[in-house]
Amino acid sequence: MSLAELICPAGTPAALRTAVDAGADAVYCGFQDATNARNFPGLNFTPDELAEAVTYAHARGTKVLLALNTYPPAGKVDLWRHAADTGARLGVDAFIVADMGVADYIARMYPGVRLHLSVQAAASSPEAIRYYCENFGVKRVVLPRILTIPEIRQIRREIPCEIETFIFGNHGLMVEGRCSLTNYLTGQSTNMDGVCSPASDVEYVRDADGSMSSQLAGFTIDRFGPEEKAGYPTICKGRYAAPHRPEGYYAFEEPISLNLSRLLPELIEAGVHAFKIEGRQRSKSYVRGVVRAFRAAVDDIKAGREANIADLIALTEGQKQTQGAFETKKWR
Amino acid sequence: MAVNTMTKLTLGPIAYHWSADARRDFYARIADEAPVDEVYLGEVICSKRAPFHQADLPATIERLERAGKRVILSTLAEVMLKRERKATEDIAEMVSPEMEVNNAAGLYARGKRPHRIGPFMNAYNDATIAWMAGQGATHVCLPAEMPAPAIAAAAQAAVALGLGVEVQVYGRASLAVSARCYHARAHGHTKDNCQFVCEEDPDGMPLRTRDDRPILRVNGIQTLSESYVDLLPEVARLIADGVTHLRLMPQAVDMVAVAQVFRDVLDGRVPTGEADARLATLSGDAGLSNGFYHGTAGYRRIAAAAPA
Repeated sequence: MSLAELICPAGTPAALRTAVDAGADAVYCGFQDATNARNFPGLNFTPDELAEAVTYAHARGTKVLLALNTYPPAGKVDLWRHAADTGARLGVDAFIVADMGVADYIARMYPGVRLHLSVQAAASSPEAIRYYCENFGVKRVVLPRILTIPEIRQIRREIPCEIETFIFGNHGLMVEGRCSLTNYLTGQSTNMDGVCSPASDVEYVRDADGSMSSQLAGFTIDRFGPEEKAGYPTICKGRYAAPHRPEGYYAFEEPISLNLSRLLPELIEAGVHAFKIEGRQRSKSYVRGVVRAFRAAVDDIKAGREANIADLIALTEGQKQTQGAFETKKWR
Repeated sequence: MAVNTMTKLTLGPIAYHWSADARRDFYARIADEAPVDEVYLGEVICSKRAPFHQADLPATIERLERAGKRVILSTLAEVMLKRERKATEDIAEMVSPEMEVNNAAGLYARGKRPHRIGPFMNAYNDATIAWMAGQGATHVCLPAEMPAPAIAAAAQAAVALGLGVEVQVYGRASLAVSARCYHARAHGHTKDNCQFVCEEDPDGMPLRTRDDRPILRVNGIQTLSESYVDLLPEVARLIADGVTHLRLMPQAVDMVAVAQVFRDVLDGRVPTGEADARLATLSGDAGLSNGFYHGTAGYRRIAAAAPA
């Protein structure tokens, strides 16, 4: 059986302590700049905060993974290198990377520190994963959310490293690390700046008929009737009109959360080593609830007991849930 | 005066599901009439489409090479299924034509044998380009969303390593890929049962916002910009910054004429302003944009600064 580690989001020092206390095996976090893919206002860590966080986590047996998972544009590579230097000095347990230049730098400078391949690297075949393992000594790959469980099981047999998959949280539709939708509309890049549908560009506009438009940089991403709850304007979760769908439809995906709690036993059996909970932008209470519930579920499964997943279902009550590509390739 | 006669004009791979007949006619015209130096062939977006035009590939290569064009085979941007892994490996095993890699699976299969780095490889910076050069890369096409200062810094590093540097200067920008086929979804199908509805849209399926503003284009698993990238006014600066190859992406417009417009500017035969007006006419209803290059929203069109 796999280790079934629980990898939990830490958007702030307080969230980090909460996740550690709630039973995380590891937490992942980033600095307050473009070096990570959740470069949102009010989130992330200063070097001093990270130092305290590492001390707090290590004292309780929890690992700290540092996300350096964006792509430095030429001319700005030093920002990523300094972040890696700082992380290594503070004793983080692993770096989560996507860019080959960043991976190469860390592999050469800090060969003793584990490298995890970020979902942002979009490595979705055994060959792609082996490329990173053989060249940079990657110890774990975070798989893109586009594979079915049988496909994950097959990949597991063909690669020399551990597998981490997302199990819960926001469900991005596009292949991570290959999406410039936000930059196309806002001028801020997901890959280079760590920004996705930024709040600074969001506006909710009440139309004359009482309906509400949610806009990003002036583009209407969706429109809601007076009785509907207006959703956040994430580009890949908007409603648009197409020639065959003049009424407007979710062209990519509905606003929906990933919840794989029902598939946990199968994923463990398939050889997944670690389960990642998305949500560095989430509140402390959310982190506490989700981490506790998954901790109990994973412990039950490892002990051969039936996991009680009712709490996990309740966490997303009122929200639409999906098992995405994991359950069936019909999702594609 | 010619801007630069050393600069190569290239034609990128067809992103859309054009029929075998349409492709044959297209490449026959390109071979006979288009002033491009290099042509990228191969299916980059959807492995299900490859059987439709695979059989014509040798003849197309031969025809283009006979016309003096250098041919490069591009590989899939997304590699997940057995047939996608195989397609990538098959190209990696070929000695010629050259290979353009669009997925790390291709890098693995190719090893240290020479290859080009495609626009889906995320070669954003000098460190990554240096790494790739050390592994056999001879040429790099930069991601479409890179702004001018990063292009200049990346090009400088690549040229110093002896690599060719390519930037897309015309056509829709690829903005995202997914495992899900959005063409199939629009028609109520799944990817496995897609019925190749993407063939209906030779220039992508338009998406409009609910207040009727054009926003994006769907091409199977790919999402593209609504506007065509147009860096014709920026060509002189791109070349001055070290870019060696300018890529035109095939759209459902007169691509021979589009190539001629760029060639005329490179040769100094037509002033940029006049040429750009012609390009706008040739591009039909598509808006033109250069926002990414200017470090702003990609869909925007930033006017050229007045000549000094």
